[in-house]
Amino acid sequence: MDPVLKVTNLTKVFNGLRAVDGISFEVARGEIVGVLGPNGAGKTTTIAMILGLLTPTAGTIQVLGMSMPQERQRILARVNFSSPYVAMPYNLTVLENLLVFAHLYGVQAPGKKIRELLEIFGLSTHSHQLTGRLSSGEATRLGLVKALLNDPEILFLDEPTASLDPDAAEHVRQTLLRIQQERGMTLVYTSHNMQEVERLSHRIIFLHRGRIIAEGSPAEVLRRFQQESLEQLFLEVARKQ
Amino acid sequence: MSAKRIAGLLLRHLYLYRRSLTRMLEVAYWPVMDLLVWGFVSLYIAQVPAKLPPVIGFFLGAMIFWDIFYRAQQAIAISFLEDVWARNLINLFITPLSVGEFLTATMILGILKVTVTSLLLVVLALSLYHFNLFHLGLSLIPLVANLILTGWWVGILTTGLILRFGQGAESLAWALAFLFQPFSAVFYPLSVLPPLVQVVGWYLPTTHVFEGMRQIIAGGGLSWAHLAWATGLNVIYLFAAMGIFQWAMAVARRLGLLLRVEG
Ligand SMILES: Nc1ncnc2c1ncn2[C@@H]1O[C@H](COP(=O)(O)OP(=O)(O)OP(=O)(O)O)[C@@H](O)[C@H]1O
Ligand SMILES: [Mg+2]
Repeated sequence: MDPVLKVTNLTKVFNGLRAVDGISFEVARGEIVGVLGPNGAGKTTTIAMILGLLTPTAGTIQVLGMSMPQERQRILARVNFSSPYVAMPYNLTVLENLLVFAHLYGVQAPGKKIRELLEIFGLSTHSHQLTGRLSSGEATRLGLVKALLNDPEILFLDEPTASLDPDAAEHVRQTLLRIQQERGMTLVYTSHNMQEVERLSHRIIFLHRGRIIAEGSPAEVLRRFQQESLEQLFLEVARKQ
Repeated sequence: MSAKRIAGLLLRHLYLYRRSLTRMLEVAYWPVMDLLVWGFVSLYIAQVPAKLPPVIGFFLGAMIFWDIFYRAQQAIAISFLEDVWARNLINLFITPLSVGEFLTATMILGILKVTVTSLLLVVLALSLYHFNLFHLGLSLIPLVANLILTGWWVGILTTGLILRFGQGAESLAWALAFLFQPFSAVFYPLSVLPPLVQVVGWYLPTTHVFEGMRQIIAGGGLSWAHLAWATGLNVIYLFAAMGIFQWAMAVARRLGLLLRVEG
């Protein structure tokens, strides 16, 4: 089967710093891929290039068989992204913000879609609240609602559970997993929670200083590096810096 | 171009205005203050016995026209800043929204704001100072259209510079337009300026609009030459400003500014 995402020799240099250094990987439809690595490894930079927010210094990006950035608009209509570090206008209500993004994504029957998703993420009672007044966990979930408005074929998440308490994080993981299974959605996400990555990912991509140092199912990677857990592997790698 | 996406972005700003009293007031507050000051200044000058040209008309007309230009450019620059402040740029730029749609939406927003402001000013000027802008006839309309065009490209230029140079350039949203004021012969005829500065003025569309306006108020009718100059310059500058915005966008994508302007 054709990959939904194919990245070849992707490179980003900032002022001589090789933030992403010639990485290549593919993601198949319906896969859950966890991208991990220490702070500054190049995770966010990689995702930003795939989303067309950042122009690569070298390399090519194919999303759903189309090239980024040449077919930017057609790609962006079919994928989405969320991160707790990106906010939505604080001075609009939850519902207003979602209506705006529903327009931007050309969602059919936006009212129904929004109601469904708010329900799923436990935000129904907040729809008339100002976005700036949400707790950080609620804002994160609102970001996820926005990211699912257009039924993305590939969903990119940058540290989706970073601001959530353990219970909320678990709820979000379960919800994402359910939606992912129901819709055959592809999920590419970053996380610093190694247990989460181990449990959730079909495959992990371990980045270190802009390069892929390990790739495969969590079990495969652990076997290859002879480690008990990703946590240990992570510490091992991080300390070798 | 998708009308739905343009409407979506407009909606974002209309929601904002509906909710925010300060933003609503801004559409009215500054223009009305300006109008009051210039209105009374004009009344005072009119009392001076010397035979002067129709000064009330000149000052109030200039003031209203300046505001139309200023508000149009601000609508664009500030609507972009709202998204910078809200850390919303990433969300916007990962939607299928194109740069053209983005700019179109802000230009429409500019027209909406300008319409509200100028209606308010025209009504106030009429009721307070018996100055009827519409009396001057339909010939003012092409001049106003040109002011909005200038407001658009100055706004787009400002936005491009803010995108490229970040927070440090934010104040341009308020300042850049005023760079035009001394050279555009807003409150005095172009002939007052030193010859060299007149040349600069000649290449600003605003100069031709303000000269044209005074000519109409003085009863000279619409100057087709000024109108042609203003329109021609505006079209050229509008394309140039869009080019600069595209360039700023490309640089932003190269340097990762879209990820960091929000900081
Ligand atoms: N716009 C930029 N300009 C200059 N350097 C940048 C820019 N964006 C990222 N970098 C640098 O590139 C490297 C990779 O950053 P990136 O944000 O991709 O890391 P990350 O893996 O997401 O880290 P974290 O886990 O901390 O989020 C870092 O050294 C960072 O300082
Ligand atoms: Mg990151």
